[in-house]
Amino acid sequence: MASGRPNQLFRNKTAKIAAIPMILTAMVVFIGGTGWTVVYSFTKSKLLPKLEWVGFDQYERLWSTNRWIVSIENLAIYGLSMLVLSFVLGFLLAALMDQKIRFENTFRTIMLYPFALSFIVTGLVWQWLLNPEFGIQQIVRNLGWESFTFDPLYNPDLAIFGVMLAALWQGSGLVMVLMLAGLRGIDEEIWKAARIDGIPTWKTYLFIIIPMLRPVFITALVLITSGIIRVYDLVVAQTSGGPGLATEMPAKYVYDYMFRAQNLGQAFAASTMMLLAVLVVVVPWAMMEFGGKKND
Amino acid sequence: MRLRSTIAALAVSAVLPAATAHATDLEVMHWWTSGGEAAAVAEFAKAFDATGNHWVDAAFAGPGEQARAIMVSRITGGDPMGAFQFNHGRQAEDLIEAGLLRDLTDIAEAEGWKDVVNPPSLLDGCTVDGRIYCTPVNIHSWQWLWLSHKAYEDAGVPVPTNWDEFVAAAPALKEKGILPMAVGQQSWQQSGLFNVLMSSLVPVEIFEKVYGDKDAEVAAGPEVARVFKAAADAREMSDGSTVQSWNEATNLVITGKAGGQIMGDWAQGEFSVAEQKAGSDYSCLPGLGVTEVLGTGGDAFYFPVLDDEEKSKAQAELAALLLKPAVQVAFNLKKGSLPVRGDIDLSTANDCMQKGLKLLAENKLVPDTNQLLTPDTTSQINDLFAEFFADASITPEDAQKRFADIIASAD
Repeated sequence: MASGRPNQLFRNKTAKIAAIPMILTAMVVFIGGTGWTVVYSFTKSKLLPKLEWVGFDQYERLWSTNRWIVSIENLAIYGLSMLVLSFVLGFLLAALMDQKIRFENTFRTIMLYPFALSFIVTGLVWQWLLNPEFGIQQIVRNLGWESFTFDPLYNPDLAIFGVMLAALWQGSGLVMVLMLAGLRGIDEEIWKAARIDGIPTWKTYLFIIIPMLRPVFITALVLITSGIIRVYDLVVAQTSGGPGLATEMPAKYVYDYMFRAQNLGQAFAASTMMLLAVLVVVVPWAMMEFGGKKND
Repeated sequence: MRLRSTIAALAVSAVLPAATAHATDLEVMHWWTSGGEAAAVAEFAKAFDATGNHWVDAAFAGPGEQARAIMVSRITGGDPMGAFQFNHGRQAEDLIEAGLLRDLTDIAEAEGWKDVVNPPSLLDGCTVDGRIYCTPVNIHSWQWLWLSHKAYEDAGVPVPTNWDEFVAAAPALKEKGILPMAVGQQSWQQSGLFNVLMSSLVPVEIFEKVYGDKDAEVAAGPEVARVFKAAADAREMSDGSTVQSWNEATNLVITGKAGGQIMGDWAQGEFSVAEQKAGSDYSCLPGLGVTEVLGTGGDAFYFPVLDDEEKSKAQAELAALLLKPAVQVAFNLKKGSLPVRGDIDLSTANDCMQKGLKLLAENKLVPDTNQLLTPDTTSQINDLFAEFFADASITPEDAQKRFADIIASAD
């Protein structure tokens, strides 16, 4: 063409025009809303937002509040164990499912079914199951084991794992399906080649299949971690943060201070800290993942 | 013939909506859902429907703090209901400041609320800058210890008459497998219990200094230390209590599975629903049988500013109606709370309510924490006691230190 290379900005015009509404939404709702929250976290807003600056007072109070610190610890314990367990469980289930078993469809449906339930329903079901008066503990006692004790939700040291049990039950089906889809995408030839070379099955999985499943793992990772950080409804339905502060979570702190305590400033400071924590993890990862590609 | 009847039916169906248009629907939000509470609120609905309007009941099944969150977000989000229940005090302060709630001063003057509302401090709780913004409907006091006669008979000890006897009887109950004290595992119940100990076990001035003047030195002082010691006793006595809501805990007392419960006079409603008789099936000790004072907390109705004129008119009718003597009697008898008018006859009230009425007449009253503290401070105190009651390793001294810090930063 005579005019040389067209301007980068005007390439794919139709696609770019079509994307404008989405770009605007993202700018206003996500970035605008986030900015507004951060700005107001430096004010002493109570029930309604007010621009009365107090500097870092809200943050100082936040980090000297025992409940916030406990919430962070809880999230760390819950997050780490949830992450590891749902990967292990999801992968194991998928690998078992991949053994050309009978009634695979039925099993797959059963495993995935809990995912169709909301966290509130999941929470209530597990609250009943773990209730010592009429849940699992009572059933086993009725069978004859009188001293059987299983009441994690009433034990401050175990309550967080009671919540995790429900989350695992709900979420591992999805991880399984993702992994299974990945496994089905692996070429049969690779298995044959590994078999001819005499590599044991577990080694094939660990050193050949799993590295090949990298994109699936990343999808699963994003889904699980976002689920972990925003965990709120499950806790509310199951324990409402109790016993004591044993299952308090940062998201619940934000909600409670925003609506119950009528202290927006404090809630915004807490949610800004949550955002910061996510950014610290996401930004380096995104730079590694997407920044590197340009050089290829 | 058939055509005529069709026309007639059409005519009727055309008239019907016109006829009901006079009755204005007013959505009323509240969190009264336990047996006694629901029966009481039905009295309001009945009286309001009788005026030709229609009470649209929007009950929220859950603790009041959650209900308040939803109400506030509806009002600030621009979808206000016709009327809503709050505890009168500082909970609505910001909504009033932002001009979202209706000024009821005209109605209050026309109805002469200033003369009939007793004690007058109730109306003060509704007043901001000289204007009245809410209708108080009842007086609730926290300072009651409810005791199950059955539990003490089973344990073979006499029914306690004060807090110290109650604590002393605990081991005998425990031996028989009876829970000495029922406490619901919700933070407002735990901090409420503490506030009762504070207003009952030490002189009333201490309560007023700590919560009214926010005096952190008193809060760290020896009297409050005694209260924390008693709270630690309560923690030990309620160890093993797994119930969540207050009425489940009251039910343990009703059925004799627990010795007693510290809970506001709204528990009275549960005893009446279960057809228990005060004095023979259960006892009530105002002020824990130590210092007989009652708090003057309670419920009030607030009315958001609405554009719809019909609805505003209905709001005014409802506001006036809530304080009418007949409505007050019907409502409070079912609810177990005390009426806000001093000039009505409540001779049909039972033993416990009579005790309350007597204290009210003698003016042995303390303000309610909701009138003195902002919701922000209240939540911090709630968090502290949620932790304190769940974790026996927190010493009373540590808890008191943190309590004093909260009071020092309160406004």
